[in-house]
Amino acid sequence: MNLHELTITEAGARLRSGETTSAELLESTLDRASRTEAQLHAFLNIDRDGASESAAKADADLAEGIDRGPLHGIPLALKDNMCTRGLETTAGSQILAGYVPPYDATVVTRLKEVGAVLLGKTNLDEFAMGSSTENSAYGPSFNPWDIGRVPGGSSGGSAAAVAGGSAFGALGSDTGGSIRQPASLTGIVGMKPTYGTVSRYGLIAFASSLDQIGPLSKNVEDAATILRAIWGHDPLDSTSYSGEYPDVSADLGRDVRGLKVGVVKELAGEGYEPAVEQAVARMVEQLAGEGAEIVELSLPTFDIAMSAYYLIAPAEASANLARFDGIRYGHRVQGATTEALMANTRAEGFGPEVIRRILLGTYALSAGYYDAFYGQAQKVRAAVQEDLASAYESVDVLVSPTSPTVAFSAGERIDDPLAMYLSDICTIPMNLSGDPAISIPIGVDPQSLPIGFQVMAPALGEQVMFRVAAQVEQLAAFTARPVLEEVVQ
Amino acid sequence: MRPDSRSGTSPTGFYTPAAMPIEIDIAHVARLARLDLSQDELDGYKTQLGDILDHAAQVQSLEGDPSTESEHPLGFVNAFRPDERRPSLDRDEVLAQAPESRDGFFVVPPAMESE
Repeated sequence: MNLHELTITEAGARLRSGETTSAELLESTLDRASRTEAQLHAFLNIDRDGASESAAKADADLAEGIDRGPLHGIPLALKDNMCTRGLETTAGSQILAGYVPPYDATVVTRLKEVGAVLLGKTNLDEFAMGSSTENSAYGPSFNPWDIGRVPGGSSGGSAAAVAGGSAFGALGSDTGGSIRQPASLTGIVGMKPTYGTVSRYGLIAFASSLDQIGPLSKNVEDAATILRAIWGHDPLDSTSYSGEYPDVSADLGRDVRGLKVGVVKELAGEGYEPAVEQAVARMVEQLAGEGAEIVELSLPTFDIAMSAYYLIAPAEASANLARFDGIRYGHRVQGATTEALMANTRAEGFGPEVIRRILLGTYALSAGYYDAFYGQAQKVRAAVQEDLASAYESVDVLVSPTSPTVAFSAGERIDDPLAMYLSDICTIPMNLSGDPAISIPIGVDPQSLPIGFQVMAPALGEQVMFRVAAQVEQLAAFTARPVLEEVVQ
Repeated sequence: MRPDSRSGTSPTGFYTPAAMPIEIDIAHVARLARLDLSQDELDGYKTQLGDILDHAAQVQSLEGDPSTESEHPLGFVNAFRPDERRPSLDRDEVLAQAPESRDGFFVVPPAMESE
């Protein structure tokens, strides 16, 4: 087996037994990237020098017996909407071309503290707005399972890197499904933690009440490992949770006997591919076979959750993106007045999807329309939270497909914003509620494209969520890997 | 709480578009958002926004008011930290990212149009 195919746990074991070094692990991912980037375009920027320095430091530390834990010496990738001091951070936008942050995001600081080797920055839909990574101003990423298809989005670069073997794991951000949906479309694990448990400090904001950073990884155990390193209270994020955190690894090997698993009726039916529905139904049967009690549940507000999301997220984005005005950082187009400079800069610097959402959000918040749109969307959000609260009175977790379809073809939805938005129909409710959810690969469709299974839990319910996810992974015994032809650049 | 059962649901979970026409003064919205767009661009975005808002209007099918206001999922209302001095970002490093700066300031054109 090639080094780049190892999981984080396996790579860590080899590091500690002396079978390999962090420098070799890094070389395996860089070598793999050099043979796959022409097809995948997972990375916007590979920090060869910085990564080599960290790997050398990790090897020296480990040789001296200084062990910073399971991520020490492991090469990981970062979505390019997380600020990295001294390393260009663009959020996939022309308006931030050349921007070099003067500080690290908290998640970056934490990964550095535990000795992770940061490979570089991965591609994304501009400002994380999209479900295919085709909205990146720097060109799209592609799916390792079929390079004619999208890797999902917006964390599509992180997903393509992990699935393609050019990173052992990665961080993404999830505002409406941007970690889970690309994980599903590329056959890997992707997890959105409870809102408030991972600091957003240094994450370039899209919709602050929905954004959450989380891991993309080759398996469930690695996701738990990365999560443990990055979460925890941060005084620099005023929405950060300061109470007790769940033990995500405690029940990783525990069976599902006696657990109540709710199947969400609204996340099925027309619009869902038969292969996806069949794979999900089969997994539900397997869980029942292992002693879980299956309960079919109706959450009626899920039908209108997406409408609420496409008002709330753009509304918050229109406010958050006001900071990109050509004055303090990034791209500038001159103008006779400050206002003209701003309007010129923004029209040129933002891509069409970002402009569309800024206009939508500005409209939804504007005088005369606020109550009918934004105000009403907030009521729907509260109603979704109430629906879920009553569901969790009778079940421990909820399950559904992660995406109604497998990976779609590049270009297929790019001219139809509504069709693109539907990619996130299964994932959006958990962003509105703030609850944790994870996608686990459970099989492939007749075209050999991966299918993801979503496990959802109440806020701070990560322990039971990981317990069920690990069992799903074991039952699925998903061992398929993409057959990606290497092309030396 | 249930969405209004009188609306039909489309295959993908959307309700069929409401019959109400949605007015969009797209030039006004673009001005509020500080986006200098051409007439062609404005026309295109206006059509797309109309389609999206037709569907987003489904939020109006929710009957009644939820008993709670939407809030932080963990129920947080506010966060406080000790009022202590701590280092801030280095001024020169920050200004180095600005398109134009001088003597420790950001440089901008006149804020008001001159007569």
